[in-house]
Amino acid sequence: MSIKFGLLALLERGAMYGYQLRAAFEESTGGTWPLNIGQVYTTLTRLERDGQVRSLPESDAGQRPYEITEAGRAELAMWFATPISRTDRPRDELAIKLALALTTPGVDVRAVVQTQRAATMRTLQEYTRLKAKSDASTDLPWRLVLDAMLFQAEAEMRWLDHCEASLVRHRPAPATTRPESAPATTQPAPAPSEEEARQR
Amino acid sequence: MNVLELRDVHRTHGTGDTAVHALRGLSLQVRPGELIAVMGPSGSGKSTLLNLAGGLDRPTRGEVRVEGRVLAELSHRGLAEARRRGIGYVFQAFNLLPSLTAVENVALPLELDGVSVRKARREALRSLADLELTHLADRFPDQMSGGQQQRVAIARALVGPRRLVLADEPTGALDSETGEAVLRLLRTRVDAGAAGVLVTHEARHAAWADRVIFLRDGVVVDSSGPLAQPEQLLAVPGAGA
Ligand SMILES: Nc1ncnc2c1ncn2[C@@H]1O[C@H](COP(=O)(O)OP(=O)(O)O)[C@@H](O)[C@H]1O
Ligand SMILES: [Mg+2]
Repeated sequence: MSIKFGLLALLERGAMYGYQLRAAFEESTGGTWPLNIGQVYTTLTRLERDGQVRSLPESDAGQRPYEITEAGRAELAMWFATPISRTDRPRDELAIKLALALTTPGVDVRAVVQTQRAATMRTLQEYTRLKAKSDASTDLPWRLVLDAMLFQAEAEMRWLDHCEASLVRHRPAPATTRPESAPATTQPAPAPSEEEARQR
Repeated sequence: MNVLELRDVHRTHGTGDTAVHALRGLSLQVRPGELIAVMGPSGSGKSTLLNLAGGLDRPTRGEVRVEGRVLAELSHRGLAEARRRGIGYVFQAFNLLPSLTAVENVALPLELDGVSVRKARREALRSLADLELTHLADRFPDQMSGGQQQRVAIARALVGPRRLVLADEPTGALDSETGEAVLRLLRTRVDAGAAGVLVTHEARHAAWADRVIFLRDGVVVDSSGPLAQPEQLLAVPGAGA
């Protein structure tokens, strides 16, 4: 995942300056992804050039906050709405994406989970089809590779189920910063009913 | 023509404040040669869907058609016959008759349908052989393990010319190898022209389907068909990361 989307998601909570962004980014990723301030500013510069963030007047303390623009918001919504492909995925991107989705105002996390689930399911279907076509007696190495990929995709499905179940149990309080600036997501998913919550 | 079609099907249990909306406007079409998997959290309406498709339950609103016929419009006898001839079920509880041997259990639906005892037995043995269960043919249910009983129940669901196979967590009591063998068999049967609906919580089993639909609170929230280009997936995940 690029730092860009992380910063956009953080700015969706409200305007922040560089050091705040760095701290919030590291907090969101559970400290697994340390950033240096140089990376933050390079990324902000690029985002500003692309019209996705805009810099605000410097504070008295000499800090320059940035805010997200409509274009940035659209870009962020697109990221949340697009499943990550298995072919070139840094393994943690999905986890980080969901963590950010949880804390970004207006993002329907269950829709993000479901989008990913359908995509991962499609992957599983294809691997299964390839395995069904292969010959058990001559293609053993190939089948083992397919199995490895099947297990990975399957584990991801389980993890997504787990995430969704946790989301139903625990609905975070709505974010207080900028509630009006909700990026569109893929589909309107209804809030879980009480009945469903009881069944889990 | 669709083997199974659900049109805007609703199923509500009870009325008023205590009403439970098990299905809320579900539409689905399954063609010959097509296997559909249904996934969703507990209570999302999966079993209700299968019961309606098999004519064991009636929709509160909407229509269920099997081979073009609206199930709710069939007479009691007509429905019983349609179920016996055309529809094979595997349920969570595999309910074999305890007084019959495995082969007799498997032959039963055919015999009830007027097939001669000898022919029914021959077909039942073939169905058992498909599942590598020939050695269990003469055992009674209480002489078999749970997994063995489950496989006999599957042999029974697949015996004879079934046009529609409905399976509710059919791999529940099976180890993963056997579970996979059952899916392979289901797939083969569907490829030969039947239509299948499989309820499962195991993603790797759902992956045998042509289409996977996701239920939540009685509605379809998503579905996943096959990708156009499987080659795209051949890179080993994580390798390029
Ligand atoms: N006979 C019934 N009476 C009342 N409620 C029912 C009945 N059958 C099912 N339900 C309810 O309908 C909903 C869907 O059930 P079901 O189809 O069995 O879900 P699943 O198979 O996905 O776990 C659940 O809330 C369940 O409690
Ligand atoms: Mg059920």
